[in-house]
Amino acid sequence: MNEGNATVEIAGVHKTFRIPKQHVHTLKERALHPFRRTEFIGLEALRDISFQIGAGEFFGIVGRNGSGKSTLLKLLAGIYRADGGSIKVAGRLAPFIELGVGFNPDLTAVDNVVLNAVMMGLSPREARARFDDVIAFAELGAFLDMKLKNYSSGMQVRLAFSVMVQADADVLLIDEVLAVGDAAFQQKCFDAFYRLRDEGKTIILVTHDMEIVERFCHRALLLNAGAIEQIGPPGKVSRRYLELNFEHMETELPTGSRATAAKVSDAWVGDEDGRRLDAVSPGERLVLNVELDVRERIETPTLVVWLETREGVRLFFASSLETGPPPDAFEPGERVHLRVRFANALRAGRYYIGASLGRAAPADDIVFYHPHAGDFTVTGDETYGLLMLEHEVELELDRGLERTPR
Amino acid sequence: MTPSAAVTAPKPAGPLREIRGPSAYGGGPRRFLNLTWMIASTEFRLSYFGSALGYLWSLMRPLLFFGVLYLVFSQVLRFGGGIKAYPVLLLLNIVLFSFFSEATQASVTSVINRENLVRKMHFPRMVIPLATVLTGILNLALNLVAVVVFMLLYGLPVRWTWLLLPLIIVPLIMLTAGVAMLLSSLYVRFRDVAPIWSVVVQLLFYASPVLYVATTITHLGNRVVEQILLSSPLAVLLEQARRWIVDPTAPGAIESTGGWELFLIPVAAFVAVCALGLWVFNREAPRIAELL
Repeated sequence: MNEGNATVEIAGVHKTFRIPKQHVHTLKERALHPFRRTEFIGLEALRDISFQIGAGEFFGIVGRNGSGKSTLLKLLAGIYRADGGSIKVAGRLAPFIELGVGFNPDLTAVDNVVLNAVMMGLSPREARARFDDVIAFAELGAFLDMKLKNYSSGMQVRLAFSVMVQADADVLLIDEVLAVGDAAFQQKCFDAFYRLRDEGKTIILVTHDMEIVERFCHRALLLNAGAIEQIGPPGKVSRRYLELNFEHMETELPTGSRATAAKVSDAWVGDEDGRRLDAVSPGERLVLNVELDVRERIETPTLVVWLETREGVRLFFASSLETGPPPDAFEPGERVHLRVRFANALRAGRYYIGASLGRAAPADDIVFYHPHAGDFTVTGDETYGLLMLEHEVELELDRGLERTPR
Repeated sequence: MTPSAAVTAPKPAGPLREIRGPSAYGGGPRRFLNLTWMIASTEFRLSYFGSALGYLWSLMRPLLFFGVLYLVFSQVLRFGGGIKAYPVLLLLNIVLFSFFSEATQASVTSVINRENLVRKMHFPRMVIPLATVLTGILNLALNLVAVVVFMLLYGLPVRWTWLLLPLIIVPLIMLTAGVAMLLSSLYVRFRDVAPIWSVVVQLLFYASPVLYVATTITHLGNRVVEQILLSSPLAVLLEQARRWIVDPTAPGAIESTGGWELFLIPVAAFVAVCALGLWVFNREAPRIAELL
């Protein structure tokens, strides 16, 4: 990226939170123990963070919980002060943090929206002029004079998001907006993202959702334990993020997982030539691959793989039994590779690959089970429905029917 | 979809500005004033337009308080007989002191109450305690109208020195703001500031010449205690208000503290409180969001 184009410039930023060992919460305690030195534990939230974001970039910040994403965002928003380094931003900044923009629940939507705009540096008159757009976007026209505490949480988030989108800021900071809200609101967010991106706004999005990162972001940053793990194209970053999560899952498997008898060494979706794909299109011919390292002797094994949605809806199963009767046994040290060829009927979204290993003897049971052995994204703008079935549409109009008389 | 294709080289909006995190002030005086006014006026509307009788309640509070004190001290205890226009003085003192006590007490929790805002938005933190004081000022202005009406009804002769009232009000506001900044930032760290301050305010009420006048204090007998009581900035302001508004023959601030040299004590105390409030708040402001 060329230097002159930078809208956000972060150089060598550090942030350490000082957490006191015993919290002195009262003056009384202070007065009773005037010479007791409070001991602090330094919690290093961010270490030596340096990067730049160009004008008009859609920039993703990802990382596991506690990796420092939100701290970084709050430093950018000017809510926390960095301990070292410099943060520079060109133009006006609109933050959307912790699902809100700082509303007062006792005020009406009108007062809140105006107050918020003044806080962002507009004059009260400009703020009132902008009000109609905000309400129209949030679709809350009927509830203007209601106090905000009487709004549903979804309505509050909608209003907050709308305030941010309509603020006409140059840089938008968005923290986990998509984690809440119904499908319609999510769609609205997506539309807003596309529009803002086309308008050349700089957008910084913090999210856990790799699908969103790959769909919108030009570049992404992966934070791990307060340091930059990777920065670059969203596909690469999201792969690394999943790897990080995957390492984590070795020790902490999802509920119901069993992992002693075998271990997933890899699970991915590829094309028919064997190339690995992270993002695929609807209708594509694909191969689902699952590789298992066997650790214990498993007699008459059956390997089952499936695809499921984020919500855990299982869409499709395939079994090694479809190739014929099971082998006598898998022995420790062996590697099993199951391939399932299929035509992709999935609509845009993120899908997980699940795998389980069963045996017939000595007892009929499942010795290995992992619902999130791998995952992949189906790209596309159409998000309605889960499946894209092969289909034809016919429309017939019969004008001969009598109309009901008025 | 190839995301990188969408970059059409937009230019950054203006030069890079350093983001230094939150501060007590900063972000331009216009925004500071707009914001303080917005918060104070919505708060003011909220407290009065929500209830059926609205503003009347705000007026009733000092009036009822005055009524009770007047009955007890003037009628039952036969106090204030030697003080000229005692009812007027009492009402004026109560209105001025109520402003100080209510604004400071409201300011203690003001920053914590707006946690939602502090954790999510960047704005000059000093706006919060100052807006609380400004809400108090709006109340004070309305209550002073009631005081003037009462003065005229009582038959107090109109004097040009009434126009000097701002010279009392402005330092009183500054003192209140200093205390408000000190308390609101301390409360973030020490949660017993609230109960402690409500006791201190009670104490100040009886230690300041609200119910009585400076000359009453001089009957105490203990020179040191007398001097301390007379040297509080609140006492000085109330005494000067008495001279300018109610009774031109009253001693006034300088005389009641005991001359020019001794008058420097309340002046120094006043400056110290304001400076301490500013300094502490300014020091705490960048970290308030982390401590919440």
